[in-house]
Amino acid sequence: MNFDVLEKPVKAEVIRPVAMRRRIKNHIATTLFLASFLIALVPLGWVLSVVVARGWCAVSRSGWWTHSLRGVLPEEFTGGVYHAVYGTLAQAGVAAIIAVPLGLMIAVFLAEYGSSLLARVTTFMVDVLAGVPSIVAALFIFSLWIATLGFQQCGFAVSLALVVLMVPLVVRSAEEMLRLVPDELREASYALGVPKWKTIVRIVFPIAAPGMVSGVLLSIARIIGETAPVLVLVGYSRSINFDIFDGNMASLPLLIYTELTNPEHAGFLRVWGAALTLIIIVAVINLAAWAIRFLATRQRGTRSYLRA
Amino acid sequence: MPRGLTAVRLNRAGASAELKRTDSRAAWRGDRLFKSAAAAAGSSIVVGVLLIALFLVIRAVPSLRANHENFFTSAKFDTADGKDLAFGIRDLFMVTVLSSMSALALAVPVAVGIAMFLTQYAPARLSRPFGAIVDLLAAVPSIIFGLWGIFVVAPTLEPFAAFLNRNLGWLFLFKQGNVSLAGGGTIFTAGVVLSAMILPIITSVSREVFRQTPRIQIEAALALGATKWEVVRMTVLPFGRSGVIAASMLGLGRALGETVAVLIILRSAAHPGNWSVFDGGYTFASKIASAASEFSDPLPTGAYISAGLALFVLTFIVNAAARLIAGGKVNG
Repeated sequence: MNFDVLEKPVKAEVIRPVAMRRRIKNHIATTLFLASFLIALVPLGWVLSVVVARGWCAVSRSGWWTHSLRGVLPEEFTGGVYHAVYGTLAQAGVAAIIAVPLGLMIAVFLAEYGSSLLARVTTFMVDVLAGVPSIVAALFIFSLWIATLGFQQCGFAVSLALVVLMVPLVVRSAEEMLRLVPDELREASYALGVPKWKTIVRIVFPIAAPGMVSGVLLSIARIIGETAPVLVLVGYSRSINFDIFDGNMASLPLLIYTELTNPEHAGFLRVWGAALTLIIIVAVINLAAWAIRFLATRQRGTRSYLRA
Repeated sequence: MPRGLTAVRLNRAGASAELKRTDSRAAWRGDRLFKSAAAAAGSSIVVGVLLIALFLVIRAVPSLRANHENFFTSAKFDTADGKDLAFGIRDLFMVTVLSSMSALALAVPVAVGIAMFLTQYAPARLSRPFGAIVDLLAAVPSIIFGLWGIFVVAPTLEPFAAFLNRNLGWLFLFKQGNVSLAGGGTIFTAGVVLSAMILPIITSVSREVFRQTPRIQIEAALALGATKWEVVRMTVLPFGRSGVIAASMLGLGRALGETVAVLIILRSAAHPGNWSVFDGGYTFASKIASAASEFSDPLPTGAYISAGLALFVLTFIVNAAARLIAGGKVNG
């Protein structure tokens, strides 16, 4: 057989450099996308730096974390926010005690038993509840707990409103974590004759636990700074109140909102000090959530499916 | 589970396996109990949402009956005298919609840009940490955004607002509002602050949708010689369009219900507004929160609860629309 050997390819060179216009457009687009990410960092950095710069002076003073504002005049800058820190943590804590078991059970229902009509309706209602504004949740608890059942304004009413806001957050994160657990583990458990409920409690829960705990912590961090419920459901108090079921109770958002009307410089210092305190609490909870997730994925390197 | 099923249990030595009979009826009972507990928890949330609607309606109806003005068209909100209620939501609706819409107009392009950067441009290793940084914005409590807005952002924006008012004042959006520009307690400032607050949710939802773009489409576009921008325009954006719309609706839902930041920023106005971003006034949420300390008499309180009911219906419609458009692929 004979082949004619050509010196050049028959076809002309078709790969041409990208046209200038297209190249310029591409560069502009890349710059804009990068710029939009940088723009998002502006408010975050700005808020944090302002709060730290203005609040540091108050937070680093002795007595800020150990005293309340009892007997402190508006214009004198002494006392602290210990009563408000207690109120914030107590209200969020009680809310978490109610919302976490409820939210986890709903997540189990959706992830493990979720094929019925009820499950579909429940998913929809979780979505609805996630969209309910905090002020509407507060009004609901007001009309149910105070106006209809006749209880007094107290810290517990705030906790109930926080439950309404927290449950959808817990359900979302826990459901996602439960769905990440591979079905092979469930099937292996069933094959050994373990009943379904025991499989969920003993096999599925421990594997999903780090993710669920960090999800719960993140949802607490989300509701701990809610202001609308405390405005509607509890009165402000300048001294400590340990009883969540009775009487006025301070919390950090309520203290900030009340001190805003204080025209003195001490009011200014207290507002930003309380804001920084709130940010510190939220940051600590967030860090704890990250640490749990990080340690859990680190220890069991093979279980990469838990990384979300 | 069939009766008489056995479970194998190895004893300590592991030498001989001992067969143990399980009580399958007890196991079945435990299963039923657990399933009913889970189902009860599931139905409790359904009942809860229905109760929210029910109690708001129960408390709102007597006040709506006693109202002398048209609830939807009146701009008055006069509840001082329980026997002579005159309230309407026209002005609240206007301020709420205008502030949320301006927040949306500012936030959506930026959020889509961030989502595109995180999914298509940023190195895969850094995509998650960068996304977490944007999500941190959602962790900042809203009252702190409010403080930042009125004391820091408002003075900074004041010259810019004055510039817009001077040069674009012929457009109804930028004409002189019912509060003074000095101090910055306007819808304009509120919109800017709200846009920072709804940025994370729009970003995270769009990010999830962009990430689902079929790899094959992207590679096909690349094989045809498309530049990166052309890939984005021809594959990622068309695929993610419904997701971006849904994300914006979810962000809108957040902005509509935002309470304290808006309450701190907006200055109250003597006259009803007229669709200018330099108006002051109250949104639904901030109106309710501003009067919260005076809730005692059922009829005036009911007036505020009916405003809350209107807000509930509004956010419900917006969120339901978002879910419908996204067709269940959105989780926000």
